[in-house]
Formats: sequence, C-alpha cells, structure tokens
Amino acid sequence: MDTYDLIIIGAGPAGITAAVYAARKKMRFLMVSKDIGGQAAWSGDIENYTGYQFISGPELVHKFEEHMRTYGIDVKEGEEIIGIQKLKDVFEVRTAKSVWQAKVLIICSGKRSRELGVPGEREFRNRGLTYCATCDGPLFSGKDVAVVGGGNSALDAVLQMMRIARKIYLINNTAVLGEDAVMREKVTASAMVTVINNARVVSVLGDKMVRQIVISRDAVQSVLDVQGIFVEIGLIPNSEFIPAIEKNHLGEIVVNKRNETSVPGIFAAGDVTDVPEKQIIIAAGEGSKACLSAFRYLAQQPFP
Amino acid sequence: MAKDVKVYSTPTCPYCVRVKQFLKDNNVVFQDMDVSVNQAMAAEMISKSGQMGVPVLDIDGDIIVGFDKGKIQQSLGL
Repeated sequence: MDTYDLIIIGAGPAGITAAVYAARKKMRFLMVSKDIGGQAAWSGDIENYTGYQFISGPELVHKFEEHMRTYGIDVKEGEEIIGIQKLKDVFEVRTAKSVWQAKVLIICSGKRSRELGVPGEREFRNRGLTYCATCDGPLFSGKDVAVVGGGNSALDAVLQMMRIARKIYLINNTAVLGEDAVMREKVTASAMVTVINNARVVSVLGDKMVRQIVISRDAVQSVLDVQGIFVEIGLIPNSEFIPAIEKNHLGEIVVNKRNETSVPGIFAAGDVTDVPEKQIIIAAGEGSKACLSAFRYLAQQPFP
Repeated sequence: MAKDVKVYSTPTCPYCVRVKQFLKDNNVVFQDMDVSVNQAMAAEMISKSGQMGVPVLDIDGDIIVGFDKGKIQQSLGL
C-alpha cells in the first residue's frame, strides 16, 4: 500500500489550514473528512476573523476551501473514520470505504452537537427535531416550538425563533439561564417565551412529525404540544474513533504547545483538543502549528 | 434536454449554500425555492421529502435530502 507522509483528519478551519501548510512544505498527504468547513460552516455572522470585518460562516468556509483547492489537495470528502491503528512504522486509517497509511497524523475532527439521549430523538431528527436553529428555524413559521438548553446558544436560538414561531418554551435543566445578560433579558421579557427551569426532557412524541415533548420537573411529568424542538445543549468532541490517546474529562484530546498528543507521530489541532478557547481563528492557528510540528517530527525520523 | 432541478433551501443553512455553489460550478440551472419566505414551498418540500431538514433537491421527481454529492452527480449524470 501507498504510504503518505501525512493524513489530516477533518476539514474545518484547523484541518484546512494544516493542509495549506502541508502543501507549501511539499508533503505527500491526504485529507479525510466527513464534510468541509466543520462547525465554521454552521456559524452565522463572524466579525472576529482578522482581515474580514464581517463575513458569514459559509462564506468564510468557501474562502478557506478556495485557498486549499489552489494547491490541488487530495480531499476524501464524506468519509468517517472508524479506526486508527499503529502498525510497525506507520498508522493505518480506516473508513467504511477505504484504508490508507501515513507516517504521521493530524487530527482536526472538531466537535458536534450533543444529543439528548431520550426516546424519540433519533426517530424525529429532521422531522421537527433539529440541532440547527439557524438552518431550519424558518420552517417553523407560526408554530409552537421548544428550545432545549440553558446556555448562550439556547438563548440565541430563542431570539431567532422569536421572529418566526408563535410560542416558544425554553426548557432548561438548571436553575438559571446562560450568562449573557442582554440575551437573557430579551428572552425573559418576551410574552412569546415561557421559561421552564429545572426541567429535563423525558421523550419526544409524534406521528410522522414531532407533536409533543414530555418533560419532567420535580419528578412531575408534563406534556407540551409543539411542532418543533431545537436541541442546544452544547458540543462534544469527535474523538471516539481514537481510544488509545490521552483525553481530558470532556473527551478532548490533550495536546502540548507543539500540538503533540500522547502518541508520538499523532498531532491534533482545533476544537477536538483541550486548547483553551474555541474560536475559528484559534483553530486555524493551531492547524498551522500542528503541521509545522509534524513536518519537523518527520524530518527527524529515520524512516526507510 | 436539461433536467428540471429545484433546490428547497433557507438562506442561512450552510449546506444549502454549498449545494447551490456545487450546481453553479457544474453549470446546472436550478430553481431556488426559499422556504423561509414561502410557506407553500415549505409545505411542498415537507410533503415531497417526508421530513423538514434543508436542503432538499427535486431533480425531475428524484428527491435527494441533504448535500449528497454522489447522489446528485448520479441523478444529473455529471
């Protein structure tokens, strides 16, 4: 089998930046990713990426991809990693469709939306239940909806839906709402919004589409009639496919200043790591750093 | 004869933006159905696809949910 110098896993801001650096270092490499852009593609308005006073997530991702494509980079899109194995001198990366080998890896697999883990959630995904208020919100015009979560992303979803829906239940499993005072006040002041604190979701009910959400508060269950459910309960790292590597209590891959992981030859960058602060510009910077570290590591190895 | 291609989308969904860019890059003419402003179109999309996620493509009656490049290429013969 052909052995690459490097395989980059993930094509968000970290992975794409690593790829641009790898191309400029003339490394023989491959990118393997489920999608292009990762979470950046889902971002609304971005006003803190240097050089762009204002740009939308999809536009910034389009710019990233355009930059990457000028180097003719080989991108395997639509591939999900199912396993990584250390052979003698190389790592074997396996997806449902293919197997590749490389001397070093950079993991930039990012994060994904956390799921509720309740009955009905999987069944009604995209049938009224969604993890992206920005994308799917407009389909719930004039409807009654529930937003699940208590952080700023949940508040943001409520604010978006205030312009679209008829009635909004905000179901929060803690005693107080997120820390952004401005957002919190707008939400609690609205007559359209009913905030239900200290409540957890029990199940999602419906026929073809969502019809009801069952919640529990002080051990008492109640049923709310809704046509839409927006799940905004945070993110989890996409790090399950690599079990034998050091992670923190959140499941983030632990890296040092050089983006080295606990496994020599495996580097990681961006939101999948324990880097403090998750920002597009930080992920991009980390991606470049990981690539330069990987390049240096390769140069020092006595590979055949 | 060119196929009749409709893209049901919202302006804020990233895969909608990407699927439309992909079609443009391949010189495919399509009708952009913005379901965020037109409830009738939204209802049409839901009844055709049996779900509420965007984007949905209707290629001569062939319904594709999401930015599934492989299926789109196959359906359009690209």
